[in-house]
Amino acid sequence: MSVQRKKRKRRELFALGNEAVAEGALLAGCSFYAGYPITPSTEIMEVMANRLPLIEDGVFIQMEDEIASMGATIGASLAGRKAMTATSGPGFALMQEHIGYACMVEAPLVVVNVMRGGPSTGLPTSPAQADVQMARWGTHGDHPIIVLSASNVQECLEMTVTAFNFAEKYRTPVILLLDEVTAHTREKITVPDPDEVEILSRVEPTVPPEWFKPYADTARGVPAMAPIGSGYRTHVTGLTHDVMGYPTQRPDEVKDAMLRLFRKIDQYYGDIQMADEYMLDDAEVAVVAYGSVARSAHLAVEQARERGAKAGLLTLKTLFPFPRPAVERLTHRCHTVVVPEMNMGQMSREVKRVNNGRTKVRTINRVDGQIITPSEILKAIL
Amino acid sequence: MKAPQPIDRFEIRLSGLGGQGLITLGRLLGSALALGHGYYVTQTQSYGPEARGGSSRADVVVSSRPISYPKTENLDLLVALSPEACNSYYRLLKKTGILLVDTTLVKHAPTNVYLGLPFTQMAKEQIGNPMTINTMVMGAVTHLLPFADPRVMRKSLEANLPAKIREVNAKAFALGLKQAQRHFGDAGGIWAAAEESGSHAEDDIIV
Repeated sequence: MSVQRKKRKRRELFALGNEAVAEGALLAGCSFYAGYPITPSTEIMEVMANRLPLIEDGVFIQMEDEIASMGATIGASLAGRKAMTATSGPGFALMQEHIGYACMVEAPLVVVNVMRGGPSTGLPTSPAQADVQMARWGTHGDHPIIVLSASNVQECLEMTVTAFNFAEKYRTPVILLLDEVTAHTREKITVPDPDEVEILSRVEPTVPPEWFKPYADTARGVPAMAPIGSGYRTHVTGLTHDVMGYPTQRPDEVKDAMLRLFRKIDQYYGDIQMADEYMLDDAEVAVVAYGSVARSAHLAVEQARERGAKAGLLTLKTLFPFPRPAVERLTHRCHTVVVPEMNMGQMSREVKRVNNGRTKVRTINRVDGQIITPSEILKAIL
Repeated sequence: MKAPQPIDRFEIRLSGLGGQGLITLGRLLGSALALGHGYYVTQTQSYGPEARGGSSRADVVVSSRPISYPKTENLDLLVALSPEACNSYYRLLKKTGILLVDTTLVKHAPTNVYLGLPFTQMAKEQIGNPMTINTMVMGAVTHLLPFADPRVMRKSLEANLPAKIREVNAKAFALGLKQAQRHFGDAGGIWAAAEESGSHAEDDIIV
Protein backbone atom coordinates (compact mmCIF):
# COMPACT_ATOMS: atom_id res chain seq x y z
CA MET A 1 0.00 0.00 0.00
CA SER A 2 1.44 3.31 -0.99
CA VAL A 3 -0.96 5.47 1.01
CA GLN A 4 0.87 6.78 4.04
CA ARG A 5 -1.29 7.86 6.93
CA LYS A 6 0.06 10.77 8.84
CA LYS A 7 0.41 9.98 12.49
CA ARG A 8 -1.93 12.14 14.56
CA LYS A 9 -0.12 14.25 17.08
CA ARG A 10 -2.33 14.31 20.13
CA ARG A 11 -1.06 15.54 23.46
CA GLU A 12 -2.29 14.50 26.89
CA LEU A 13 -2.09 17.12 29.61
CA PHE A 14 -3.13 17.41 33.23
CA ALA A 15 -4.34 20.97 32.90
CA LEU A 16 -6.42 23.72 34.47
CA GLY A 17 -9.61 24.89 32.75
CA ASN A 18 -7.84 28.18 32.09
CA GLU A 19 -4.86 26.43 30.49
CA ALA A 20 -7.26 24.44 28.31
CA VAL A 21 -8.85 27.70 27.12
CA ALA A 22 -5.44 28.94 26.00
CA GLU A 23 -4.72 25.60 24.25
CA GLY A 24 -8.09 25.87 22.48
CA ALA A 25 -7.40 29.44 21.39
CA LEU A 26 -4.01 28.52 19.91
CA LEU A 27 -5.57 25.51 18.18
CA ALA A 28 -8.24 27.78 16.67
CA GLY A 29 -5.55 30.03 15.21
CA CYS A 30 -5.56 32.87 17.73
CA SER A 31 -2.46 34.98 17.11
CA PHE A 32 -3.25 38.04 19.22
CA TYR A 33 -3.95 38.45 22.90
CA ALA A 34 -4.33 41.73 24.77
CA GLY A 35 -5.36 41.67 28.40
CA TYR A 36 -5.01 42.75 31.96
CA PRO A 37 -4.56 40.02 34.58
CA ILE A 38 -7.34 39.34 37.08
CA THR A 39 -8.12 36.37 39.33
CA PRO A 40 -9.50 33.83 38.49
CA SER A 41 -8.69 34.23 34.78
CA THR A 42 -4.96 34.99 35.02
CA GLU A 43 -3.65 31.58 33.93
CA ILE A 44 -5.17 32.12 30.46
CA MET A 45 -3.03 35.23 30.11
CA GLU A 46 0.06 33.46 31.51
CA VAL A 47 -0.11 30.67 28.94
CA MET A 48 -0.73 33.11 26.10
CA ALA A 49 2.24 35.23 27.25
CA ASN A 50 4.44 32.14 27.10
CA ARG A 51 3.17 30.69 23.86
CA LEU A 52 2.27 33.56 21.51
CA PRO A 53 5.87 34.81 21.11
CA LEU A 54 6.78 31.30 19.89
CA ILE A 55 4.37 31.31 16.95
CA GLU A 56 4.85 33.21 13.71
CA ASP A 57 3.52 36.79 14.00
CA GLY A 58 2.09 36.01 17.43
CA VAL A 59 1.43 39.13 19.49
CA PHE A 60 0.89 39.32 23.23
CA ILE A 61 0.34 42.67 24.94
CA GLN A 62 -0.39 43.44 28.55
CA MET A 63 -2.49 46.60 28.37
CA GLU A 64 -3.00 49.29 31.00
CA ASP A 65 -6.55 48.16 31.77
CA GLU A 66 -9.49 46.17 30.43
CA ILE A 67 -10.89 49.06 28.36
CA ALA A 68 -7.67 49.27 26.40
CA SER A 69 -7.42 45.46 26.23
CA MET A 70 -10.77 45.26 24.49
CA GLY A 71 -9.82 48.15 22.17
CA ALA A 72 -6.60 46.41 21.16
CA THR A 73 -8.45 43.14 20.59
CA ILE A 74 -10.93 44.84 18.25
CA GLY A 75 -8.09 46.56 16.39
CA ALA A 76 -6.27 43.27 15.88
CA SER A 77 -9.47 41.61 14.67
CA LEU A 78 -10.08 44.35 12.09
CA ALA A 79 -6.48 43.99 10.93
CA GLY A 80 -7.15 40.34 10.14
CA ARG A 81 -6.11 38.53 13.29
CA LYS A 82 -7.98 35.99 15.34
CA ALA A 83 -7.95 37.83 18.64
CA MET A 84 -8.92 37.14 22.23
CA THR A 85 -8.95 38.66 25.68
CA ALA A 86 -9.88 37.16 29.04
CA THR A 87 -11.01 38.71 32.28
CA SER A 88 -13.32 38.39 35.28
CA GLY A 89 -16.37 40.39 36.45
CA PRO A 90 -14.79 43.77 37.28
CA GLY A 91 -12.80 43.77 34.04
CA PHE A 92 -15.79 42.51 32.06
CA ALA A 93 -17.75 45.54 33.33
CA LEU A 94 -15.06 47.85 31.90
CA MET A 95 -15.13 46.06 28.55
CA GLN A 96 -18.85 46.52 27.94
CA GLU A 97 -18.74 49.71 25.88
CA HIS A 98 -16.18 48.23 23.50
CA ILE A 99 -18.11 44.96 23.24
CA GLY A 100 -20.96 47.06 21.82
CA TYR A 101 -18.51 48.63 19.39
CA ALA A 102 -17.38 45.15 18.32
CA CYS A 103 -21.03 44.17 17.72
CA MET A 104 -21.59 47.30 15.63
CA VAL A 105 -18.46 47.02 13.47
CA GLU A 106 -18.92 43.22 13.38
CA ALA A 107 -15.44 42.40 14.65
CA PRO A 108 -14.95 38.67 15.17
CA LEU A 109 -13.29 38.11 18.54
CA VAL A 110 -13.53 36.07 21.72
CA VAL A 111 -13.93 37.41 25.26
CA VAL A 112 -13.53 34.92 28.10
CA ASN A 113 -15.11 35.90 31.41
CA VAL A 114 -14.22 33.65 34.35
CA MET A 115 -16.99 34.50 36.78
CA ARG A 116 -16.18 35.20 40.42
CA GLY A 117 -18.34 36.50 43.26
CA GLY A 118 -19.60 40.06 42.84
CA PRO A 119 -20.76 42.80 42.65
CA SER A 120 -17.63 44.96 42.52
CA THR A 121 -14.41 43.35 43.78
CA GLY A 122 -16.58 40.77 45.55
CA LEU A 123 -14.98 37.37 46.11
CA PRO A 124 -11.88 37.23 43.89
CA THR A 125 -11.11 33.54 44.50
CA SER A 126 -14.64 32.12 44.77
CA PRO A 127 -17.01 30.96 42.07
CA ALA A 128 -20.26 32.56 40.92
CA GLN A 129 -22.43 32.54 37.80
CA ALA A 130 -23.73 36.03 38.27
CA ASP A 131 -22.61 37.60 34.97
CA VAL A 132 -25.00 35.60 32.80
CA GLN A 133 -27.45 38.39 32.03
CA MET A 134 -24.59 40.88 31.87
CA ALA A 135 -22.96 38.82 29.12
CA ARG A 136 -26.22 39.06 27.19
CA TRP A 137 -27.23 42.63 27.93
CA GLY A 138 -24.13 44.31 29.40
CA THR A 139 -23.52 46.64 26.49
CA HIS A 140 -26.15 49.16 25.53
CA GLY A 141 -28.37 49.11 22.49
CA ASP A 142 -30.33 46.32 20.88
CA HIS A 143 -27.85 43.69 19.76
CA PRO A 144 -27.60 39.95 19.28
CA ILE A 145 -24.64 38.19 20.86
CA ILE A 146 -23.41 34.63 21.32
CA VAL A 147 -22.66 33.49 24.87
CA LEU A 148 -21.16 30.04 25.44
CA SER A 149 -20.34 28.05 28.56
CA ALA A 150 -18.16 25.07 29.52
CA SER A 151 -18.44 22.70 32.45
CA ASN A 152 -15.27 20.62 32.38
CA VAL A 153 -11.67 21.07 31.33
CA GLN A 154 -11.89 19.25 27.98
CA GLU A 155 -14.97 21.34 27.20
CA CYS A 156 -13.00 24.52 27.99
CA LEU A 157 -10.73 23.63 25.07
CA GLU A 158 -13.56 22.59 22.75
CA MET A 159 -15.81 25.55 23.51
CA THR A 160 -12.95 28.00 22.97
CA VAL A 161 -12.46 26.53 19.49
CA THR A 162 -16.24 26.77 18.95
CA ALA A 163 -16.22 30.38 20.19
CA PHE A 164 -13.57 31.31 17.60
CA ASN A 165 -15.44 29.43 14.88
CA PHE A 166 -18.73 31.20 15.67
CA ALA A 167 -16.97 34.57 15.88
CA GLU A 168 -15.41 34.08 12.45
CA LYS A 169 -18.45 32.52 10.84
CA TYR A 170 -20.92 35.14 12.06
CA ARG A 171 -18.56 38.15 12.38
CA THR A 172 -19.53 38.80 15.95
CA PRO A 173 -17.94 38.99 19.39
CA VAL A 174 -18.46 35.71 21.23
CA ILE A 175 -18.41 35.54 25.00
CA LEU A 176 -17.24 32.39 26.76
CA LEU A 177 -18.48 32.31 30.35
CA LEU A 178 -16.64 30.07 32.78
CA ASP A 179 -16.80 30.01 36.55
CA GLU A 180 -13.95 29.79 39.04
CA VAL A 181 -14.51 26.07 39.66
CA THR A 182 -14.25 25.11 35.98
CA ALA A 183 -11.33 27.47 35.43
CA HIS A 184 -9.37 26.17 38.43
CA THR A 185 -10.10 22.45 38.12
CA ARG A 186 -7.28 20.29 36.80
CA GLU A 187 -8.16 17.26 34.68
CA LYS A 188 -6.59 15.11 32.05
CA ILE A 189 -7.32 16.51 28.61
CA THR A 190 -6.40 15.53 25.10
CA VAL A 191 -5.24 18.34 22.86
CA PRO A 192 -6.19 17.08 19.40
CA ASP A 193 -4.00 17.22 16.31
CA PRO A 194 -4.78 20.46 14.43
CA ASP A 195 -5.79 18.33 11.41
CA GLU A 196 -8.58 16.70 13.42
CA VAL A 197 -10.31 19.96 14.30
CA GLU A 198 -12.63 21.99 12.10
CA ILE A 199 -11.33 25.56 12.07
CA LEU A 200 -13.36 28.29 10.39
CA SER A 201 -12.06 31.66 9.25
CA ARG A 202 -13.80 34.83 8.12
CA VAL A 203 -14.79 35.18 4.46
CA GLU A 204 -12.58 37.65 2.62
CA PRO A 205 -13.75 39.59 -0.44
CA THR A 206 -13.18 38.09 -3.88
CA VAL A 207 -14.29 41.16 -5.89
CA PRO A 208 -11.82 43.79 -7.13
CA PRO A 209 -11.14 46.49 -4.50
CA GLU A 210 -13.18 49.18 -6.31
CA TRP A 211 -16.33 47.00 -6.19
CA PHE A 212 -16.01 46.21 -2.48
CA LYS A 213 -18.81 47.24 -0.12
CA PRO A 214 -17.62 46.46 3.41
CA TYR A 215 -21.08 46.06 4.92
CA ALA A 216 -23.01 44.68 1.95
CA ASP A 217 -25.76 42.21 2.74
CA THR A 218 -25.32 38.57 1.71
CA ALA A 219 -27.50 35.47 1.87
CA ARG A 220 -25.99 34.62 5.26
CA GLY A 221 -26.24 38.23 6.38
CA VAL A 222 -22.50 38.22 7.04
CA PRO A 223 -20.48 40.66 4.89
CA ALA A 224 -17.08 39.67 3.51
CA MET A 225 -14.31 41.13 5.63
CA ALA A 226 -11.12 42.70 4.28
CA PRO A 227 -8.28 43.15 6.74
CA ILE A 228 -7.27 46.77 7.16
CA GLY A 229 -4.20 47.40 5.03
CA SER A 230 -5.02 44.77 2.43
CA GLY A 231 -5.84 47.30 -0.29
CA TYR A 232 -9.60 47.17 0.18
CA ARG A 233 -11.14 50.44 1.34
CA THR A 234 -12.80 49.99 4.71
CA HIS A 235 -14.36 52.57 6.98
CA VAL A 236 -15.07 51.62 10.58
CA THR A 237 -17.36 53.53 12.91
CA GLY A 238 -19.54 52.89 15.92
CA LEU A 239 -22.18 55.12 14.36
CA THR A 240 -24.91 53.26 12.53
CA HIS A 241 -23.54 52.91 9.04
CA ASP A 242 -24.58 52.18 5.47
CA VAL A 243 -23.18 49.40 3.27
CA MET A 244 -20.05 51.49 2.60
CA GLY A 245 -19.42 51.80 6.33
CA TYR A 246 -20.19 55.55 6.54
CA PRO A 247 -22.57 57.02 9.14
CA THR A 248 -26.21 57.22 8.13
CA GLN A 249 -29.47 58.29 9.76
CA ARG A 250 -31.70 57.37 6.83
CA PRO A 251 -34.42 55.20 8.40
CA ASP A 252 -34.40 52.69 5.54
CA GLU A 253 -30.61 52.21 5.75
CA VAL A 254 -30.64 52.10 9.55
CA LYS A 255 -33.40 49.51 9.51
CA ASP A 256 -31.55 47.34 6.96
CA ALA A 257 -28.33 47.53 8.95
CA MET A 258 -29.97 46.70 12.29
CA LEU A 259 -32.17 43.90 10.96
CA ARG A 260 -29.20 42.32 9.22
CA LEU A 261 -27.26 42.30 12.52
CA PHE A 262 -30.08 40.29 14.06
CA ARG A 263 -30.76 38.11 11.03
CA LYS A 264 -27.19 36.87 10.71
CA ILE A 265 -27.54 35.24 14.15
CA ASP A 266 -31.31 34.50 14.21
CA GLN A 267 -31.37 32.41 11.06
CA TYR A 268 -28.67 30.07 12.40
CA TYR A 269 -30.15 29.30 15.82
CA GLY A 270 -30.07 25.60 14.90
CA ASP A 271 -26.30 25.80 14.45
CA ILE A 272 -25.59 27.99 17.45
CA GLN A 273 -27.84 26.62 20.21
CA MET A 274 -26.02 23.70 21.82
CA ALA A 275 -27.12 21.58 24.78
CA ASP A 276 -26.21 18.10 26.03
CA GLU A 277 -28.91 15.67 27.10
CA TYR A 278 -28.39 13.01 29.77
CA MET A 279 -31.06 10.47 30.78
CA LEU A 280 -33.83 12.72 29.47
CA ASP A 281 -35.74 10.18 27.35
CA ASP A 282 -38.09 9.07 30.12
CA ALA A 283 -37.36 11.81 32.66
CA GLU A 284 -40.14 13.18 34.84
CA VAL A 285 -37.87 15.65 36.61
CA ALA A 286 -35.34 17.54 34.53
CA VAL A 287 -32.42 19.59 35.78
CA VAL A 288 -31.29 22.46 33.56
CA ALA A 289 -27.76 23.53 34.45
CA TYR A 290 -24.57 25.00 33.00
CA GLY A 291 -20.93 25.45 33.98
CA SER A 292 -19.53 23.63 37.00
CA VAL A 293 -23.01 23.25 38.52
CA ALA A 294 -23.90 20.93 35.63
CA ARG A 295 -21.31 18.50 37.04
CA SER A 296 -22.97 18.54 40.46
CA ALA A 297 -26.29 18.02 38.69
CA HIS A 298 -24.87 15.06 36.75
CA LEU A 299 -23.96 13.25 39.98
CA ALA A 300 -27.31 14.20 41.55
CA VAL A 301 -29.18 12.73 38.55
CA GLU A 302 -27.12 9.52 38.78
CA GLN A 303 -27.91 9.23 42.50
CA ALA A 304 -31.62 9.96 41.89
CA ARG A 305 -31.75 7.20 39.26
CA GLU A 306 -30.16 4.75 41.72
CA ARG A 307 -33.04 5.55 44.05
CA GLY A 308 -35.59 4.96 41.28
CA ALA A 309 -36.48 8.57 40.50
CA LYS A 310 -36.80 9.33 36.79
CA ALA A 311 -34.44 12.28 36.59
CA GLY A 312 -32.51 13.74 33.68
CA LEU A 313 -30.15 16.59 32.90
CA LEU A 314 -29.95 19.22 30.19
CA THR A 315 -26.53 20.91 30.17
CA LEU A 316 -26.61 24.23 28.36
CA LYS A 317 -23.47 24.86 26.33
CA THR A 318 -24.94 27.87 24.57
CA LEU A 319 -26.50 30.31 27.02
CA PHE A 320 -27.50 32.92 24.41
CA PRO A 321 -29.26 32.76 22.03
CA PHE A 322 -31.12 30.77 24.68
CA PRO A 323 -31.61 27.14 23.53
CA ARG A 324 -35.36 27.44 23.56
CA PRO A 325 -36.35 24.26 21.64
CA ALA A 326 -34.38 21.96 23.96
CA VAL A 327 -35.83 23.54 27.11
CA GLU A 328 -39.35 23.78 25.71
CA ARG A 329 -39.43 20.02 25.06
CA LEU A 330 -38.72 19.42 28.76
CA THR A 331 -41.51 21.69 29.93
CA HIS A 332 -43.97 19.61 27.89
CA ARG A 333 -42.75 16.25 29.20
CA CYS A 334 -41.60 16.75 32.81
CA HIS A 335 -43.64 17.61 35.88
CA THR A 336 -40.75 19.61 37.37
CA VAL A 337 -37.77 21.47 35.97
CA VAL A 338 -35.02 22.23 38.49
CA VAL A 339 -32.64 25.10 37.74
CA PRO A 340 -29.60 25.27 40.08
CA GLU A 341 -27.24 28.20 39.60
CA MET A 342 -24.74 30.29 41.56
CA ASN A 343 -26.77 33.51 41.31
CA MET A 344 -30.23 34.66 42.36
CA GLY A 345 -32.00 33.30 39.28
CA GLN A 346 -30.52 34.65 36.03
CA MET A 347 -31.01 31.55 33.88
CA SER A 348 -34.17 30.32 35.63
CA ARG A 349 -35.69 33.60 34.39
CA GLU A 350 -35.11 32.38 30.82
CA VAL A 351 -36.42 28.90 31.63
CA LYS A 352 -39.57 30.39 33.18
CA ARG A 353 -40.05 32.60 30.11
CA VAL A 354 -39.92 29.58 27.81
CA ASN A 355 -41.99 27.48 30.22
CA ASN A 356 -44.75 30.09 30.15
CA GLY A 357 -46.46 28.59 33.22
CA ARG A 358 -46.69 25.09 31.72
CA THR A 359 -44.87 23.09 34.38
CA LYS A 360 -43.29 23.62 37.81
CA VAL A 361 -39.90 25.38 37.80
CA ARG A 362 -37.86 24.99 40.99
CA THR A 363 -34.82 27.16 41.51
CA ILE A 364 -31.75 26.49 43.66
CA ASN A 365 -29.72 29.61 44.22
CA ARG A 366 -26.43 30.11 46.00
CA VAL A 367 -24.53 33.37 46.33
CA ASP A 368 -22.11 32.52 49.16
CA GLY A 369 -19.12 31.78 46.94
CA GLN A 370 -19.62 28.01 47.18
CA ILE A 371 -20.53 25.60 44.42
CA ILE A 372 -23.99 23.99 44.62
CA THR A 373 -23.43 20.41 45.81
CA PRO A 374 -24.95 17.24 44.34
CA SER A 375 -26.86 16.62 47.59
CA GLU A 376 -28.62 20.00 47.36
CA ILE A 377 -29.79 19.19 43.84
CA LEU A 378 -30.74 15.63 44.79
CA LYS A 379 -32.98 17.00 47.54
CA ALA A 380 -34.79 19.18 45.00
CA ILE A 381 -35.23 16.25 42.58
CA LEU A 382 -36.64 13.77 45.10
CA MET B 1 0.74 1.40 31.35
CA LYS B 2 -1.01 -1.22 33.48
CA ALA B 3 -4.80 -1.24 33.31
CA PRO B 4 -5.97 0.88 36.25
CA GLN B 5 -7.68 -1.04 39.03
CA PRO B 6 -11.36 -0.18 39.51
CA ILE B 7 -12.02 2.64 41.98
CA ASP B 8 -15.30 4.45 42.45
CA ARG B 9 -14.71 8.04 43.61
CA PHE B 10 -11.79 8.05 46.02
CA GLU B 11 -11.73 11.50 47.61
CA ILE B 12 -8.58 13.11 49.03
CA ARG B 13 -8.27 16.49 50.73
CA LEU B 14 -4.84 18.08 51.25
CA SER B 15 -5.24 20.88 53.75
CA GLY B 16 -3.10 23.23 55.78
CA LEU B 17 -1.61 26.69 55.52
CA GLY B 18 -0.86 28.90 52.53
CA GLY B 19 2.81 28.44 51.64
CA GLN B 20 3.03 24.72 52.46
CA GLY B 21 2.74 23.91 48.77
CA LEU B 22 -0.58 22.10 49.02
CA ILE B 23 -1.90 23.16 45.64
CA THR B 24 1.38 22.10 44.04
CA LEU B 25 1.07 18.80 45.90
CA GLY B 26 -2.46 18.41 44.51
CA ARG B 27 -1.18 19.06 41.00
CA LEU B 28 1.72 16.62 41.34
CA LEU B 29 -0.44 13.90 42.87
CA GLY B 30 -3.22 14.43 40.32
CA SER B 31 -0.84 14.46 37.40
CA ALA B 32 0.84 11.22 38.54
CA LEU B 33 -2.50 9.45 38.97
CA ALA B 34 -4.02 10.81 35.74
CA LEU B 35 -1.14 10.69 33.29
CA GLY B 36 1.05 8.07 35.00
CA HIS B 37 -1.64 5.58 36.05
CA GLY B 38 -4.44 6.46 33.63
CA TYR B 39 -7.17 7.18 36.18
CA TYR B 40 -9.79 9.87 35.86
CA VAL B 41 -8.71 12.63 38.23
CA THR B 42 -10.08 16.04 39.13
CA GLN B 43 -8.04 18.40 41.24
CA THR B 44 -9.65 21.54 42.62
CA GLN B 45 -8.39 24.13 45.05
CA SER B 46 -9.52 26.70 47.49
CA TYR B 47 -7.51 29.63 48.72
CA GLY B 48 -8.08 33.12 50.04
CA PRO B 49 -7.24 36.45 48.41
CA GLU B 50 -4.05 36.71 50.57
CA ALA B 51 -0.72 35.98 48.85
CA ARG B 52 0.49 33.82 51.76
CA GLY B 53 -0.73 32.72 55.16
CA GLY B 54 -4.38 31.92 55.65
CA SER B 55 -5.80 28.50 54.93
CA SER B 56 -5.21 26.58 51.76
CA ARG B 57 -6.45 23.29 50.44
CA ALA B 58 -6.45 21.11 47.36
CA ASP B 59 -8.95 18.35 46.67
CA VAL B 60 -8.23 15.34 44.49
CA VAL B 61 -10.90 12.92 43.30
CA VAL B 62 -9.71 9.66 41.71
CA SER B 63 -11.92 7.21 39.85
CA SER B 64 -11.72 4.62 37.12
CA ARG B 65 -14.91 6.12 35.66
CA PRO B 66 -15.43 9.67 34.37
CA ILE B 67 -15.93 12.05 37.31
CA SER B 68 -18.96 14.32 37.37
CA TYR B 69 -18.75 16.40 40.56
CA PRO B 70 -15.13 17.61 40.72
CA LYS B 71 -15.05 18.57 44.40
CA THR B 72 -15.19 16.37 47.51
CA GLU B 73 -18.15 15.61 49.76
CA ASN B 74 -17.10 12.48 51.74
CA LEU B 75 -13.38 12.17 52.24
CA ASP B 76 -11.56 8.84 52.06
CA LEU B 77 -8.25 10.43 52.98
CA LEU B 78 -7.72 13.70 54.81
CA VAL B 79 -4.21 15.11 55.00
CA ALA B 80 -4.04 17.91 57.59
CA LEU B 81 -0.87 19.94 57.98
CA SER B 82 -2.29 22.45 60.47
CA PRO B 83 -4.50 22.11 63.57
CA GLU B 84 -7.12 24.47 62.07
CA ALA B 85 -7.39 22.40 58.89
CA CYS B 86 -7.58 19.21 60.95
CA ASN B 87 -10.41 20.52 63.10
CA SER B 88 -12.45 22.07 60.28
CA TYR B 89 -12.30 19.16 57.84
CA TYR B 90 -12.27 16.18 60.19
CA ARG B 91 -16.08 16.04 60.15
CA LEU B 92 -16.03 15.54 56.35
CA LEU B 93 -14.07 12.31 56.70
CA LYS B 94 -16.01 9.11 55.99
CA LYS B 95 -16.36 6.71 58.92
CA THR B 96 -14.02 4.36 57.10
CA GLY B 97 -11.68 7.14 56.02
CA ILE B 98 -8.11 7.78 57.12
CA LEU B 99 -6.69 10.92 58.72
CA LEU B 100 -3.01 11.70 58.12
CA VAL B 101 -1.51 14.59 60.09
CA ASP B 102 1.79 16.38 60.51
CA THR B 103 2.56 15.58 64.15
CA THR B 104 4.98 18.53 64.38
CA LEU B 105 2.10 20.95 63.93
CA VAL B 106 -1.02 18.98 64.91
CA LYS B 107 -0.50 18.21 68.59
CA HIS B 108 -4.10 17.33 69.43
CA ALA B 109 -5.95 15.49 66.69
CA PRO B 110 -9.74 15.41 67.13
CA THR B 111 -9.61 11.58 67.29
CA ASN B 112 -7.19 8.93 68.47
CA VAL B 113 -7.59 6.96 65.26
CA TYR B 114 -5.15 8.65 62.93
CA LEU B 115 -1.80 8.29 61.24
CA GLY B 116 0.93 10.82 61.73
CA LEU B 117 4.53 11.64 60.86
CA PRO B 118 6.51 14.74 61.91
CA PHE B 119 6.73 16.03 58.32
CA THR B 120 7.83 19.58 59.18
CA GLN B 121 10.57 18.34 61.51
CA MET B 122 11.75 15.70 59.03
CA ALA B 123 11.88 18.27 56.22
CA LYS B 124 13.94 20.63 58.34
CA GLU B 125 16.28 18.12 59.99
CA GLN B 126 16.67 15.25 57.57
CA ILE B 127 16.32 17.04 54.22
CA GLY B 128 17.46 20.47 55.36
CA ASN B 129 14.71 22.27 53.44
CA PRO B 130 11.28 22.94 55.02
CA MET B 131 9.84 23.62 51.54
CA THR B 132 10.05 19.91 50.71
CA ILE B 133 7.21 19.10 53.11
CA ASN B 134 4.73 18.69 50.25
CA THR B 135 6.73 16.14 48.28
CA MET B 136 7.45 14.27 51.54
CA VAL B 137 3.70 14.09 52.17
CA MET B 138 3.32 12.83 48.60
CA GLY B 139 5.65 9.94 49.48
CA ALA B 140 3.57 9.03 52.53
CA VAL B 141 0.29 9.38 50.61
CA THR B 142 1.68 7.16 47.84
CA HIS B 143 2.18 4.43 50.42
CA LEU B 144 -1.39 4.86 51.70
CA LEU B 145 -3.02 4.68 48.25
CA PRO B 146 -3.39 0.99 47.40
CA PHE B 147 -3.84 1.88 43.72
CA ALA B 148 -0.69 4.02 43.40
CA ASP B 149 2.56 2.53 42.10
CA PRO B 150 5.48 4.23 43.93
CA ARG B 151 7.78 4.01 40.90
CA VAL B 152 5.23 5.70 38.63
CA MET B 153 4.54 8.37 41.25
CA ARG B 154 8.24 9.12 41.62
CA LYS B 155 8.82 9.27 37.87
CA SER B 156 5.91 11.64 37.39
CA LEU B 157 7.10 13.80 40.30
CA GLU B 158 10.54 14.14 38.75
CA ALA B 159 9.11 14.92 35.33
CA ASN B 160 7.00 17.74 36.76
CA LEU B 161 9.70 19.56 38.71
CA PRO B 162 12.36 21.95 37.40
CA ALA B 163 15.90 20.51 37.44
CA LYS B 164 17.04 22.89 40.18
CA ILE B 165 14.79 21.35 42.86
CA ARG B 166 14.34 17.85 41.44
CA GLU B 167 16.94 16.04 43.51
CA VAL B 168 16.00 17.44 46.91
CA ASN B 169 12.31 16.72 46.31
CA ALA B 170 13.01 13.19 45.11
CA LYS B 171 14.91 12.67 48.36
CA ALA B 172 11.98 14.03 50.39
CA PHE B 173 9.55 11.80 48.48
CA ALA B 174 11.68 8.73 49.18
CA LEU B 175 11.93 9.61 52.88
CA GLY B 176 8.16 10.15 53.20
CA LEU B 177 7.51 6.83 51.48
CA LYS B 178 10.08 4.96 53.62
CA GLN B 179 8.85 6.37 56.93
CA ALA B 180 5.24 5.61 56.03
CA GLN B 181 6.17 2.03 55.15
CA ARG B 182 8.06 1.63 58.43
CA HIS B 183 5.50 3.23 60.77
CA PHE B 184 2.13 2.57 59.13
CA GLY B 185 2.62 -1.00 57.93
CA ASP B 186 1.00 -2.51 54.86
CA ALA B 187 -1.52 -0.22 53.09
CA GLY B 188 -4.08 -3.02 52.66
CA GLY B 189 -3.96 -3.66 56.41
CA ILE B 190 -4.50 0.03 57.23
CA TRP B 191 -7.61 0.27 55.09
CA ALA B 192 -8.96 -3.03 56.43
CA ALA B 193 -8.50 -1.69 59.98
CA ALA B 194 -10.20 1.59 59.05
CA GLU B 195 -13.07 -0.36 57.53
CA GLU B 196 -13.44 -2.36 60.72
CA SER B 197 -13.26 0.56 63.15
CA GLY B 198 -15.66 2.47 60.87
CA SER B 199 -18.24 -0.28 61.02
CA HIS B 200 -17.86 -0.47 64.81
CA ALA B 201 -18.44 3.26 65.03
CA GLU B 202 -21.68 2.73 63.18
CA ASP B 203 -22.68 -0.04 65.62
CA ASP B 204 -22.06 2.29 68.54
CA ILE B 205 -24.49 4.82 67.13
CA ILE B 206 -27.21 2.21 66.66
CA VAL B 207 -26.73 0.88 70.22
